[in-house]
Amino acid sequence: MSGHSTYVPKSAVGKWFESRLPIVGLIHSSFVVFPNPRNLNYLWTFGGILAFMLVAQILTGVVLAMHYTPHVDFAFSSVEAIMRDVNYGWLLRYLHANGASMFFVAVYIHIFRGLYYGSYKAPREILWILGVVIFLLMMATAFMGYVLPWGQMSFWGAMVITNLFSAFPIVGETIVTWLWGGYSVANPTLNRFFSLHYLLPFMIAGVVILHIWALHVPGSNNPAGVEKQTEKDTLPFHPYFTVKDALALVCFIIFYCWFVFYTPNFLGHADNYIPANPAVTPAHIVPEWYFLPFYAILRAVPDKLGGVLLMFGAIAVLVFLPWLDTSKVKSANYRPLFRQFFWVFAVVCVLLGWVGAKPAEGGYILLARVLTAYYFAHFLIILPLLGLFETPKKVPASIAEAVLGKGGSANAMAAGAHAEPNTKG
Amino acid sequence: MKRLTFIRAAFAAAALASAPAAMAAGATVEPPSLKWTFSGPFGQYDATQLQRGFKVFREVCAACHSAEYLAFRNLSQPGGPEFSAAQVKALAAEYKIKAGPNDQGEMYERPGRPADRWPSPFPNKEAAAAANGGAYPPDMSVIAKARTYERGFPRFVFDIFTQFQEQGPDYLAALLTGYTDPPKDVTVPAGKYYNTYFPGHIIAMPPPLNAGAIEYPKGADGRPQAPETVEQYAKDVTAFLMWMAEPKLEQRKELGFKVMIFLLVFAGLLYFTKKKIWSKVEGHAHGPAF
Repeated sequence: MSGHSTYVPKSAVGKWFESRLPIVGLIHSSFVVFPNPRNLNYLWTFGGILAFMLVAQILTGVVLAMHYTPHVDFAFSSVEAIMRDVNYGWLLRYLHANGASMFFVAVYIHIFRGLYYGSYKAPREILWILGVVIFLLMMATAFMGYVLPWGQMSFWGAMVITNLFSAFPIVGETIVTWLWGGYSVANPTLNRFFSLHYLLPFMIAGVVILHIWALHVPGSNNPAGVEKQTEKDTLPFHPYFTVKDALALVCFIIFYCWFVFYTPNFLGHADNYIPANPAVTPAHIVPEWYFLPFYAILRAVPDKLGGVLLMFGAIAVLVFLPWLDTSKVKSANYRPLFRQFFWVFAVVCVLLGWVGAKPAEGGYILLARVLTAYYFAHFLIILPLLGLFETPKKVPASIAEAVLGKGGSANAMAAGAHAEPNTKG
Repeated sequence: MKRLTFIRAAFAAAALASAPAAMAAGATVEPPSLKWTFSGPFGQYDATQLQRGFKVFREVCAACHSAEYLAFRNLSQPGGPEFSAAQVKALAAEYKIKAGPNDQGEMYERPGRPADRWPSPFPNKEAAAAANGGAYPPDMSVIAKARTYERGFPRFVFDIFTQFQEQGPDYLAALLTGYTDPPKDVTVPAGKYYNTYFPGHIIAMPPPLNAGAIEYPKGADGRPQAPETVEQYAKDVTAFLMWMAEPKLEQRKELGFKVMIFLLVFAGLLYFTKKKIWSKVEGHAHGPAF
């Protein structure tokens, strides 16, 4: 994924294999000698953390699927059987359920890091758009996964979300019937959601490969937001970034395990321990925390179709972000105004999440509308204008200069780090 | 007047619908936080308390409530009431379990075995509701995890750090002791009761516990192991319900501690490894700048 490989197999078997399938060389050039900007901070470790979370979710999920029964009469009790009778079933289920939340914690940090440092700008537009696709697939996967235990919130969440599609004129009702596999949320719905919940993570894995491929063409963006130019701007992926990613990953796993072992139901809803009952509507139907900002946008609009369109629009607008942001400077470190607007935007997103958890009434609706308007204004008005009116600070000439200062970059080659072979493909 | 009737009707409907989810309804009174042996990172169940709680469950709750995910064998598993295997076998044998069909195609009854599930008091939900004034007594298997009350900001943030997870038990214990005379302006419909902590306050379940009604095992001094009061019954049976909802809690917290120790040591080693490797890189001696 990074051009020509410098990998030279030592053994005869290795040579034989490499000449037929150069996969070891591919891994070597992508994850061993790959030149990374030397100034990446810990926010850049979340890509690796996300890769770990995807694998963790697939592994725990595959084992859970061995014990789970996708049928309205047995789903809830099969989950309880996992919790009680399957060896370490409680661990697998809590890892998987909390893992979904951790996946979103990591992806939100990853996305906001991209927003702050302008990682979506040329030449990384495709990389960014692939990321948006992954985000959408993650949302679909997480939503369907939450339906599987067939508790009250599973059932009513599925009811609310699938019903959204009925807002579309002419085809709406047909789409909903098709999603349900009938005329209500019932066994066919649960069945297909299970099937899709198993399928989508592998589609995510496919798009992740494209995402990494697209990443390895220009290489990572970095806090300075200037492209790597020479060898002294970079360090080889291994050992510098493998060890850094590993440290960040283990710290993240500590955070993850805190929830799994000590507060495993904190991020869920108590109502989901009540078996699904189509005759009793919960007082408040609330989605999982990671959907709350979008749920707030949905409910901010009095018109159903308008709400649905805005909700999807809130994600769709991200696709156009590389062209909406008119500034040539990537990193917010050198954009004093953008930096302030970025933090306002971050607070707006958190507040949207908070409003999303509140009942849609009175002042909350008004607040949701104001915040929704700001969310879109940030992308459609502020970012295009900011690039035209903002005076950025002076951007460093190179990554090495950003790290070492002007004087330092001259003798950077003398540093021990570059005694290591730093092979550019 | 019309409006009051409407509200009453709404309350009645809420009670009928078993109203578990309406916790966030305006009329909710927050239950007091009790001390539980199973809270915190080293929390464990108190087996003698669970045994007492089981007695309350068996003699009172189980008359109307099912517990379909409880098996007799669970009662002797580690991290639970920890009855002996022989006790559980004898207990199970006291129950008649419907089995079959046999080779004649007929259903028959046989004595219970430890592997059997706890027999439900009614053949189905409809029968349970019909026998209880139209209100279905909910299954108790996971009820301690299925009830909560809103913690609100900022407490829910602190709860992550304090590991507070006992909303369900706090609510259940409060509910069991929360029966009072209604305020003057509230009329309780016939066959319903007033409870401070039930969402909407009008509950179909009659006050289940009476002081002295359940005999606790005697200690060496011939006095009951614990006071035979409504508060103590409520606490003990709630602890039992929590165990029934989360029977692997002890294993979870024990394993969690080992995993945390491992991860912290691992993170420490990685920290120093990372520091060593990056120390050779000019401009990074003190870690990368943000």
